[in-house]
Amino acid sequence: MGMIGQHLLNGMMQGTIYGLVAMGFTIFFGVMNVIKFSHGDVLTLGAFGGLVAVWATHSLGLSVPMQFVAAFAAAMLLSAVAGAGISHFLIMPLRNAPPLNMLLMTMMVGTVLREAIRLFFPNGTNPQRFPELLPSGGFNIGSSFFRTDALILIVAGIASIGVVYWIINRTKFGLAMRAVAEDVETARTMGINFARVIPLTFALGSITAGFAGTIYGLYYSEINYGMGLLLAVIGFTAAIVGGLGNIWGAIVGGYLFAGLQTFVVAAIPSMSDYKNVFAFVLIIMLITWRPTGLLAERGSERV
Amino acid sequence: MTAPSPQNKPVAVWPLITAVAFAAAALATLVLIDNQKILGLALAGIAAICLAAARFGGVAATEAAASENPWLLRGLILIAAVAVLFVLRDDNFGLLMVATVLIYATVCIGLTIQMGYAGLTNFAAAAFVGTGGYTAAMLGQKGGLPDALVLLGGGLVAVFIGSLLILPVLRTRGHYAALTTLAFGVLFNVFLDANELLGGPQGLKIPGINLFGWNFSNDLHILGFTFSFYVNYVILTGVLTALAMILAGLLDKSWIGVWLDVVRLDETAASVFGLRIGTWKILAFTLGNFLAGLMGAVYAKMTGFIAPANFTFGDSLVMVSIVILGGIGNRWGVLPAALIVVLLPEKLQFIQEYRLLLYAILVIIILIARPDGLVARRVRALRMETR
Repeated sequence: MGMIGQHLLNGMMQGTIYGLVAMGFTIFFGVMNVIKFSHGDVLTLGAFGGLVAVWATHSLGLSVPMQFVAAFAAAMLLSAVAGAGISHFLIMPLRNAPPLNMLLMTMMVGTVLREAIRLFFPNGTNPQRFPELLPSGGFNIGSSFFRTDALILIVAGIASIGVVYWIINRTKFGLAMRAVAEDVETARTMGINFARVIPLTFALGSITAGFAGTIYGLYYSEINYGMGLLLAVIGFTAAIVGGLGNIWGAIVGGYLFAGLQTFVVAAIPSMSDYKNVFAFVLIIMLITWRPTGLLAERGSERV
Repeated sequence: MTAPSPQNKPVAVWPLITAVAFAAAALATLVLIDNQKILGLALAGIAAICLAAARFGGVAATEAAASENPWLLRGLILIAAVAVLFVLRDDNFGLLMVATVLIYATVCIGLTIQMGYAGLTNFAAAAFVGTGGYTAAMLGQKGGLPDALVLLGGGLVAVFIGSLLILPVLRTRGHYAALTTLAFGVLFNVFLDANELLGGPQGLKIPGINLFGWNFSNDLHILGFTFSFYVNYVILTGVLTALAMILAGLLDKSWIGVWLDVVRLDETAASVFGLRIGTWKILAFTLGNFLAGLMGAVYAKMTGFIAPANFTFGDSLVMVSIVILGGIGNRWGVLPAALIVVLLPEKLQFIQEYRLLLYAILVIIILIARPDGLVARRVRALRMETR
């Protein structure tokens, strides 16, 4: 029974990452009605940016906490710039195109990012070791072992979800975002600078991706160019299961997906290679049962 | 009082003959040239001729001639195919590429039926191709089954696996629908990777085709000329491509095509007019998956080896990009598009490593510049004239 603690912690960790990714999908969909499928690859880009920042600060001889801060700062900055750039140069010009075209276009943008990392990052085809910046070790409760770094990362992840929620619901920028989500034309006549709110919205959503990517790197001590694809599919799944455009739905969906995976690993360890297969089959069945998600999209307030 | 009907005017057939001859010559040239610089020049020349033909009405004249003389078109294509086969008769690599192009083209005709005609998003085309391939591998290992049944089995198993997705595909719309196929494609790949019985990441070996006592692994000797055994595969895939093309053409021309159009464009209107949306969606989905599975089986038999890495999400995206490149819903467009997408990376070695990157950039540019694809589908012309 000593494994329960590990499973629980692992599930929480994955659920937090999935929830962060799903939240990005939800923000983009809520405001612009688009699925930005390159989201997972923006996450990868952020994680690689964080890695480079750690290398740079390490070679400058800065302390480990400074490296830690630099990793997150670089990842968030890079993903914010990427997200805002994609929205400005690719999504805005195409925003009246059919949804399929938009989905395909962002998939292709993701492919460009993914392939660019694989081809142009030094030794990019192989997984990269992400340095351990958090204290290793941990403590026992009963027979369960809890990793300290995992607890710190989970708390940080949940706190960041809270911060994004606060930005959306309590700040002036969040108000502008929600106004644009509600009705673009009216928002513009009320004096909201549409051309500034949209890239900032995409930057906000992408920052959560960069944050999640760095958490991923710190937790698994390894990142690779292709990790964003599966995370994007899972994040998209989580967002859809929760109901697109509903921020709580996205987070519930993220933890639900992680819970399904963890359940398979814990209940049938011999089948743990198939955990994603089970999770996806269950999710497809869930979608069949509730075609617009568990928490259906609310008509009036989408973000 | 009768107005002169434009259809009674005789249409010149020489643009059609020229176009088919040009296409055959271009294909043979591209396959035969090995020098990268000369290949680049040839490509530029072919592109220039195509642009000039489009600019000066050659394409329209060819289309008119083709639609007026369908049997002449079919005969010309047959003659051209024989000529190309004769020219390439002992070029193993070239023939393998031609067969691969035909396989991709046929899968993409199926995808055109799904995405272009019925408007069903399918981001798991490679998974259905893989289903066919793995079915062929497993049936082949058991032995005893004739290969005609093995190939057919590939298609049927893909249809069966696809039918498990029918309910979510029918119930969901838009992004939710895209997710189901997307998740299925990823699921399929993870499953293959983890499954020891199916060879895991290492994949499986498969023997070649033996169809009705005709062993595909033997070279052919006709009239004193030796033809590489790959000619067998080119003939088989060519016949299958032609059949798929005819099927898609019949669908498009019949009332089913009109109904599919209505279902794609406006489901509410379709149901108001009493169309059974579900029936037509299932038909399109099934046909497309059958073609994918069938060609997957042929592909597996031809290359003699399959692995999960052949059927990833990236491959599905490549197939979707062929459909987009050719013009969504334009079944003739998939032929040149598949040719470009399959042949160029193989021939231009420096592209090989960068091919996914280049496709992705190309598709982004096309989606921005020409949202309907390079050669857009014609709006259906209703012929109200008396027949």
